[in-house]
Amino acid sequence: MKPTLLILGATSDMAQACAQKYAAEGYDLQLAARDPEALAAEAQDLRLRHRVEVSTHTFDVLDTAGFAAFLEALHVLPDTVLCAVGFMGDQPASQANPEAAAVVMRSNYEGPALILGALAERMEARGHGTIIGISSVAGDRGRASNYVYGSAKAGFTAFLSGLRNRLAKKGVHVMTVKPGFVATRMTEGLPLNPRLTAQPAEVATAIWNAQKHHRNTLYVKPIWLAVMTVIRLLPEALFKRTSL
Amino acid sequence: MQLMGWGRFPRTEGQVSTPRTEAEIAALIAGGPLIARGMGRAYGDAAIGAHALSTARMNHMLDFDPETGQLVAEAGVTLKDIIAAFLPRGWFLSVTPGTQFVSLGGAIASDVHGKNHHTEGSFGTFVDWFDLMGADGIVRRCARDRNADLFHWTLGGMGLTGVILRAAIRLKKVQSGWIRQTSIAAPNLQAALDAFEATYSATYSMAWIDCAATGDRMGRSLVMNGEHATLDQLPPAKRANPFAARGHLSPRVPVDFPGIALNRWSIRAFNELYYHKGRLSTGTGLIGWEPFFYPLDAIRDWNRIYGRRGFMQFQCVVPLETKAEGLTQILRAISASGSGSFLAVLKRFGPQESRLSFPMEGYTLALDFPVNTRSLALMPMLDAITAGHGGRFYLAKDSRISAETLRRTDPRWAEFARMRQDTGLKAAFTSAQSERLGT
Repeated sequence: MKPTLLILGATSDMAQACAQKYAAEGYDLQLAARDPEALAAEAQDLRLRHRVEVSTHTFDVLDTAGFAAFLEALHVLPDTVLCAVGFMGDQPASQANPEAAAVVMRSNYEGPALILGALAERMEARGHGTIIGISSVAGDRGRASNYVYGSAKAGFTAFLSGLRNRLAKKGVHVMTVKPGFVATRMTEGLPLNPRLTAQPAEVATAIWNAQKHHRNTLYVKPIWLAVMTVIRLLPEALFKRTSL
Repeated sequence: MQLMGWGRFPRTEGQVSTPRTEAEIAALIAGGPLIARGMGRAYGDAAIGAHALSTARMNHMLDFDPETGQLVAEAGVTLKDIIAAFLPRGWFLSVTPGTQFVSLGGAIASDVHGKNHHTEGSFGTFVDWFDLMGADGIVRRCARDRNADLFHWTLGGMGLTGVILRAAIRLKKVQSGWIRQTSIAAPNLQAALDAFEATYSATYSMAWIDCAATGDRMGRSLVMNGEHATLDQLPPAKRANPFAARGHLSPRVPVDFPGIALNRWSIRAFNELYYHKGRLSTGTGLIGWEPFFYPLDAIRDWNRIYGRRGFMQFQCVVPLETKAEGLTQILRAISASGSGSFLAVLKRFGPQESRLSFPMEGYTLALDFPVNTRSLALMPMLDAITAGHGGRFYLAKDSRISAETLRRTDPRWAEFARMRQDTGLKAAFTSAQSERLGT
């Protein structure tokens, strides 16, 4: 029987690249997104190219009350779950408007943490599984340019770290992915340094390889580990005067 | 950002948009003139301009009918994707150009051809229909019996009739991923032409031609024919897994070669070696689909061999009646100039009636020139010889012929330009090439 991958936030470019990669490796897929109609073409494409089973599901990361029903409706508990949900928001708007900030915080921390927590319970009971959370280098240190988003990702990173620690001896592996810049819809038109920017397919291959080797934290482009280490190590007295 | 084609010449400053939905495409079209761009494998300026609409994210396969072999897919799906998905199920492209790194939309817009043009026609022959979004943002299904004018203007229309959204194409049933290849060493041009005519019934044929050879050896070639190998033609080891024919994984050209790497001596030496290596291995044998159809794909980024300034491809077709005289004059001009390319290709085209497509019955010659003053001086001479022999040019490769040369050699484009003017297409879809050529 084929293993199954559940993708939360399956309409993003990174999620779609991962769907292609895992399907090519023989996984059946459960694709979940707010608007499952937007997944129809992608689902059909995956079936045609890779001859795997693909189901689509409605999932709204802000609807935490609906999580239990969402999980009930999955016909099979996935072997691997990938959470690609994320919402950058707009930093000035998040500063000015608490409701806008709350949406960013809830989309990047509360919702992803709660749904992965619920899946972790079920995987622990079953005795195996893999949980992959796409967090962000923005969570490595709060910066003026995007600290609302960054703080939510920092929370998500910490949650994944704790979950990994708790489940390490329970057969459930938890992996944190920090992609760095990725050439996606979210970054289109931004003048990104090509050496720091990964293509979605590159992210997918890196995630696949990292899962195979049970990596704990993945910086897709290794240079990001160096960059973020330097940023993390800057003394606060100096850091607070920078504009990074 | 800087936009360029595969030849990396010319380059323009332009904006690239990457829509994900039809509604986004309609909004982009409404926002002003643009040109659709697939994999950027047109050699010249056909898919560059002030605004390019990338189909990279419109790349879903939508339907496949295993009874008829009809595949429905979005324009951004590549030929490589199609082979990867369907060769293991016993289907291959009915027509393929010399690279699999082209998009379905680009293959239709250029109406590409392959080694089987003389027996099976161009890519468009196997297109059942496509959906085209016009200047008004309306999607029209075009087929031979529906919006037929638009259908025929779009095959080979270089993206200037609208944005191709999705298409239905017919794949070809094959028993294996292997090709039975026969190669013939032809010591000069006449021998090569004779070999093509003598082996006309072969499904696939093309020749590598030595454009540096002179005198009695001018036009010497290795003529290659091929057929899809059937199961019973495979040795037992291959028969067990007939679609697992693969080439070698590719080296990548790491940096731009310095301009000096390509000179008359290196070209001559390369061609000398290539011919004699080929001459020693004539006969029939099995070869995988990748090295047979896509030898250059094995060297990723091979366009960097021609250096930082890029290269131009010259590809013309001369009609059957003037083939020998026309090709001889072209080869003479090239060898006299000392310019030339590592690999030049000669191919027999079969008859083709079409509104805009490049092929016509005759012989097509394709070769690359580095961008430098010598090439730029030589190429107008080749244009004039081609024009003088009733030939014409392949716009998917072109980066530099003049509007006057196009008008003289291919009057179909003037009619196309009038149609574009009258229907509002000209204001909505423009490329650097359409502006250069006045199409």
